Amino acid sequence: MLDFLYQPWPWYVAGPIIGLTVPILLLLGGKMFGVSANLRHACAACNFGNVEFFNYDWKTAGKWNFMFLIGTVLGGFLGGYVFANPEPIALAASTITDLQALGIQDFNGLVPDDLFAWDMLGTGVGLTVLVLGGFLVGFGARYAGGCTSGHAISGLSDLQLASLIAVIGFFIGGLIMTFFIYPIILS
Amino acid sequence: MKFTEYLKYLLIGTGFGFVLVKSEVVSWFRIQEMFRFDSIHMYGIIGLAVIVGIISVQIIKRKNMKDAQGNPISIPPKDASQVTRYVVGGSIFGLGWALLGACPGPMFALLGSGLTIMVIPILAALAGTYTYGLLRDKLPH
Repeated sequence: MLDFLYQPWPWYVAGPIIGLTVPILLLLGGKMFGVSANLRHACAACNFGNVEFFNYDWKTAGKWNFMFLIGTVLGGFLGGYVFANPEPIALAASTITDLQALGIQDFNGLVPDDLFAWDMLGTGVGLTVLVLGGFLVGFGARYAGGCTSGHAISGLSDLQLASLIAVIGFFIGGLIMTFFIYPIILS
Repeated sequence: MKFTEYLKYLLIGTGFGFVLVKSEVVSWFRIQEMFRFDSIHMYGIIGLAVIVGIISVQIIKRKNMKDAQGNPISIPPKDASQVTRYVVGGSIFGLGWALLGACPGPMFALLGSGLTIMVIPILAALAGTYTYGLLRDKLPH
């Protein structure tokens, strides 16, 4: 049993559990699963400059979601620290070859040290990945009205056409980054 | 809402974060692999999550199920006529998702796993969200 907690979980185990988050939140309090809404609620809680988009009762709308988010951090601690998988991720060989050609050397953890380290903030590559990457995720999620959880999981679960269009958008951007822009950033 | 209610959301979030890490969804590597179509891993996870989601939402809707407080469950529909918003906003999100290798949930799960540098993309994502709020009226939707 304990072995199972340390090992990586296969996709056919993880997928259904993640999917169950949708009905559990609905049945518990009629809540729609969506992580990026927290970013908006956080802006609403501060709302410097009284921006209209952030002018709403964030406590009523977002308290439960903040709790969910704190839980996500806690779950990350349990899964990635307490019960961390000691082995490197079993990536496809072709991905490893590809990334090595782009200069990635560390394949030991969940993310490469080559990019995700404090001293990388002093480099153009580090700033691009960590700051620009985060900015685009936050900006794009709100522009599209949701992120992977809100659109790809919740929205598609409710058969929303809008979410399907958004997910297609996610892939348009993701493929352009992967095949055209990332090679330039890492060169 | 009572404290015990909040505790339930904390618990569900904990389970979510745990699965995100255990399934390596939080991994920058897995996202690079996904956008290269090199493995079924991420597609299997998202695909099965959606199938389970569709079936359970259909059951909830058809049986007119109520939530734990006895309120009817209603899911607000999204306005699919705002195509620009979903295509452009979605593509910008996708650029960031591939670049950072993490979407909002994984950013926070990675922070919990001890990767303190994730504070930077989280702050940047907040800045991105705030910038959208500032520019919203000027952007095509």
